Amino acid sequence: MHDKTIAQLGAGLAAGEFSSEELVRAFLERIARHNPQLNAFITVTAEPALAQARVADQHRQRGDAGPLTGVPIAHKDIFCTSGVRTSCGSRILDRFIAPYDATVVEKLAAAGAVMLGKTNMDEFAMGSSNETSFYGPVRNPWDLEAVPGGSSGGSAVAVAARLAPGATGTDTGGSIRQPAALCGVTGIKPTYGRVSRWGMIAYASSLDQGGPMARTAEDCALLLGAMAGFDPRDSTSVDRPVPDYVAALDRPWDGLKIGLPKEYFGEGLDGEVARVVEKAIDEYRKLGANVIEVSLPNSQLAIPAYYVIAPAECSSNLARFDGVRYGHRCENPKDLLDLYTRSRAEGFGAEVKRRILVGTFALSAGYYDAYYLKAQQIRRLISDDFRRAFEQVDVIAGPTSPTVAFNLGEKVDDPITMYLSDIYTIAVNLAGLPGLSLPVGFVGQRPVGLQLIGNYFAEDRLLNVAHRYQQATDWHRRTPAAFA
Amino acid sequence: MPLGPAEVAKIAHLARLAIREQDAPAYARNLSAILDLVAQMNAVDTAGVVPMAHPLDMAQRLRADEVAEPDQRERFQAIAPRTEAGLYLVPKVIE
Repeated sequence: MHDKTIAQLGAGLAAGEFSSEELVRAFLERIARHNPQLNAFITVTAEPALAQARVADQHRQRGDAGPLTGVPIAHKDIFCTSGVRTSCGSRILDRFIAPYDATVVEKLAAAGAVMLGKTNMDEFAMGSSNETSFYGPVRNPWDLEAVPGGSSGGSAVAVAARLAPGATGTDTGGSIRQPAALCGVTGIKPTYGRVSRWGMIAYASSLDQGGPMARTAEDCALLLGAMAGFDPRDSTSVDRPVPDYVAALDRPWDGLKIGLPKEYFGEGLDGEVARVVEKAIDEYRKLGANVIEVSLPNSQLAIPAYYVIAPAECSSNLARFDGVRYGHRCENPKDLLDLYTRSRAEGFGAEVKRRILVGTFALSAGYYDAYYLKAQQIRRLISDDFRRAFEQVDVIAGPTSPTVAFNLGEKVDDPITMYLSDIYTIAVNLAGLPGLSLPVGFVGQRPVGLQLIGNYFAEDRLLNVAHRYQQATDWHRRTPAAFA
Repeated sequence: MPLGPAEVAKIAHLARLAIREQDAPAYARNLSAILDLVAQMNAVDTAGVVPMAHPLDMAQRLRADEVAEPDQRERFQAIAPRTEAGLYLVPKVIE
């Protein structure tokens, strides 16, 4: 059962081949067997999962079942889950039991999906290797010496190692797409505002966006359809109908135009990754797409602008962790300032502290214009680049990450090198566009991802373009041998 | 723009983060490297470019000024480090 996609599991449940309880038990057994090695889950919610599964089976018996009823999934530990620890990968929230469900959690539960547990992640979603987690690094099932990417590394590994058929992730600068690429799974970051941020612990609020990770574009379509939609509790949620993503999968292309940004194929891109990506583009040509070159001239400015905007927003968002109302509090504070500074120093890890400090500096008196305002102007230039490119093409394609998964420990002491891992994904968040990563091959035994970028609210188009490729190829069906 | 340990201490105070003195030089090095990276922005003339604060250029949605949430004080305080009689306890602020 564990090697089936969500669509296949839904069909199996509908045909009565197995019950949700049997299915959930099978995945819980796999988690118990493999998680000690992979560390993909921070918390496993076995008993509530079985209870949810039995309810799903009852619903199905009454004829009240949708495509996700009884299907097990995992949630990134950034989404609040009522009564269940929600750690965000941080010591400061190690004992935080969320008092409510995030909208995404609520919506997937309402669609009948069963939560298996909460997945590991970089602390507060700040990282590209899952090594900043308080709960320790996650290992890549394709090669246990390799990182899974981050920050949604636990979700990517849960799907890749078949510990869950699908999972939620969040993406502020590439945190769905980069781990999806490095673990050989499919993940989509929707347009900013498409999926509610309510109950999703904030990192950089103008960039954060939740989305699904699964084996196939079809499964992502099923999950995204349940996750997306207007939420009055999120002030930046967009009030716009959610299209039928599944129905869009097989839509004909009618001369689809794919743009290759020349800046994404230059210096910094690993030669073998480039060859795999070019082969995938050739496959698209065979499928009838019209491929042309486009230019995103300000691409190299995305990382500099991001490392002002994201830290600035993070320094403001993370000010709420003060040791007073919830989260870690230091022992014997001598006064209120000591309580704040020591609780935060003990609760946050090194990368989170670095970003809080950078953001605090960028927003401090005398530096605001030179850093924050300048970065927002660059953000406009980057967004304008995409606007012009989408006047010529329907979809932009290129590598998701400049290299395959790197080794554990390789970049952990060098933040700048680590940041470059997101060089092709960050601009998409700055512009607020949707982006998808799908597996298109390997270098050695480590997977390569192709990134597809769409115009605003073109998630249906991205899923359609990824699905058609997956109909013609089998990269998305490959399973790491030790977890088959 | 290189930052020294003294500047790191000042920023850490603004951020309400205790940084041990022996860690300050390493933070200073990392922060200076990040600010060097960020300085690439200065190569671009952005005179007249309207800053983009939000990806969708949308107006902030407002709601009616009405009570929408029920009182859940007990639930919320159940996860607090220290409370008493419905209040959050912190060290004495006023002598």
